[in-house]
Amino acid sequence: MSGAWLLDGVLLLAVPAIALASLLSRRVLPALAAFVAYGLLLALVWMRLGAPDVALTEAAVGGGVTGVLLIGAAARLLMPAAAAPPGWPLRLLTALLCLGVTAGLAVAVLALPEPAPTLAPQAAEQLAATQLGNPVAGVLLAFRAIDTLLEAVVLVIAVIGIWGMAPDGAWGGRPGPVQPRLADGSVALLAMLLPPVGIVFGIYLAWVGADAPGGAFQGGSILAAMWILAWLAGLVRPPRIDSLALRLLVVAGPALFMLVGLAGFVVADGFMAYPAAWTKPVILLVEAALTLSIAVALCLLVAGWPMRRARA
Amino acid sequence: MSVMLDLFSVLAVLGGCFFFVAGTLGLLRFPDTLSRLHALTKADNLGLGLIVLGLLPRAGSVLGGLKLVLAWALVLLAGAAVSQVIARLAGREGPAP
Amino acid sequence: MSIASAYGLLGAVLVGLGLYGVVLQAEPLRRILAFNLLGGGIFLLFGVMARRGAGAGFSGDPVPQAIVITGIVVAFAATALAVHLLLRLQAARDEPVPPEEPRA
Repeated sequence: MSGAWLLDGVLLLAVPAIALASLLSRRVLPALAAFVAYGLLLALVWMRLGAPDVALTEAAVGGGVTGVLLIGAAARLLMPAAAAPPGWPLRLLTALLCLGVTAGLAVAVLALPEPAPTLAPQAAEQLAATQLGNPVAGVLLAFRAIDTLLEAVVLVIAVIGIWGMAPDGAWGGRPGPVQPRLADGSVALLAMLLPPVGIVFGIYLAWVGADAPGGAFQGGSILAAMWILAWLAGLVRPPRIDSLALRLLVVAGPALFMLVGLAGFVVADGFMAYPAAWTKPVILLVEAALTLSIAVALCLLVAGWPMRRARA
Repeated sequence: MSVMLDLFSVLAVLGGCFFFVAGTLGLLRFPDTLSRLHALTKADNLGLGLIVLGLLPRAGSVLGGLKLVLAWALVLLAGAAVSQVIARLAGREGPAP
Repeated sequence: MSIASAYGLLGAVLVGLGLYGVVLQAEPLRRILAFNLLGGGIFLLFGVMARRGAGAGFSGDPVPQAIVITGIVVAFAATALAVHLLLRLQAARDEPVPPEEPRA
């Protein structure tokens, strides 16, 4: 693979350059554009590190959905003219300390033990029992299932936290600012053409994650992105936050996961243990529920807190 | 035959890269938003199209080639819609400072 | 130096850059942005561990990769919370202060 060093060299130069561009840019919108590009370049780095699942997640969540969130906020936040920028002694001191942190991490990276400790052999051994083909899916849904459960719960907690910021009179309204139906038709056209493709793609990505790179998070974020696109074009309104259906959708994934985990006490060895004969169907069921909940939670995390009282 | 295909791939990808370089140059050097958009759309449509064309002979299967073309079509669609919006906003704001 | 170590150094550089931005950026939104840059660097360090743990037919140790996927989603949740807090603070600045409630 003689050409790969060229790609590696370009990435090793481009990623810090774009990070610097984002930090040093004078206006916020170019900084955000650089940040989205940073996410996409990082996805390429993840591919070079042999982690396609992470590359998909970084591109979708780290670059895409975070970018939408930040750009939407930048459009609404008034950035007052900054107070006097910190003087050069403080900046020099901070730069030296950050350099120290970088140096410490670099030393740690170069001093990593050889041969590298790894759990890959154990994962490979146990993967056959889960009947999954994708080792990362095996880790997420079987070996370290409790981490994934807690992560799904973190999403629910974040949604609750954001809803809790609603002004008292606005509780129960529809989250987020009103998105007017866009006057020029191009974004509305995009929002009508792209979601069917995106929904198929998202479901496919979640489904194929059992045996190939993909999974609930990646597929769920594509589904969320399609809804967010339609929302930004003014084609759909978010449901009211006191709607039971919405709340059920948000908790369905983690609740089902938790139930399956508790059922493990009864039908298998313990918490989060799957019964041997039913492992793959149960995992797929949990992954489907998780995909749905993750998509809904991501949409709500981008939409935000209700700003006005619900009218009907 | 495979030498011809490789040559075609190399030429097409190089052509695509040329359009990307030209588009980036335009983004950096053109004076206002509309002309920068003009440069960028050349990179999107022609540059990516040539690169996809050049990679088609190297795709493993017909399905792989179709996926490459789908990627290009999606970029075209998104680029077209976004360019329209940016251009409309730029026209409203007037010439950039 | 292997390619994994090179990317590890890249991660260290990104951590330093992100940390500088978190400490010194004036606007809160740009601090959140720098925090995400910092997060990307930290995840890269995990990714280097994963790459070095390649074996048993996998291109990387799947456990750190799964942890990074979890981390990316949790970092997004934290970013969303922080951003919406900023928006809420701004809205609170614009709202008229309600009259103080009489003590019960």
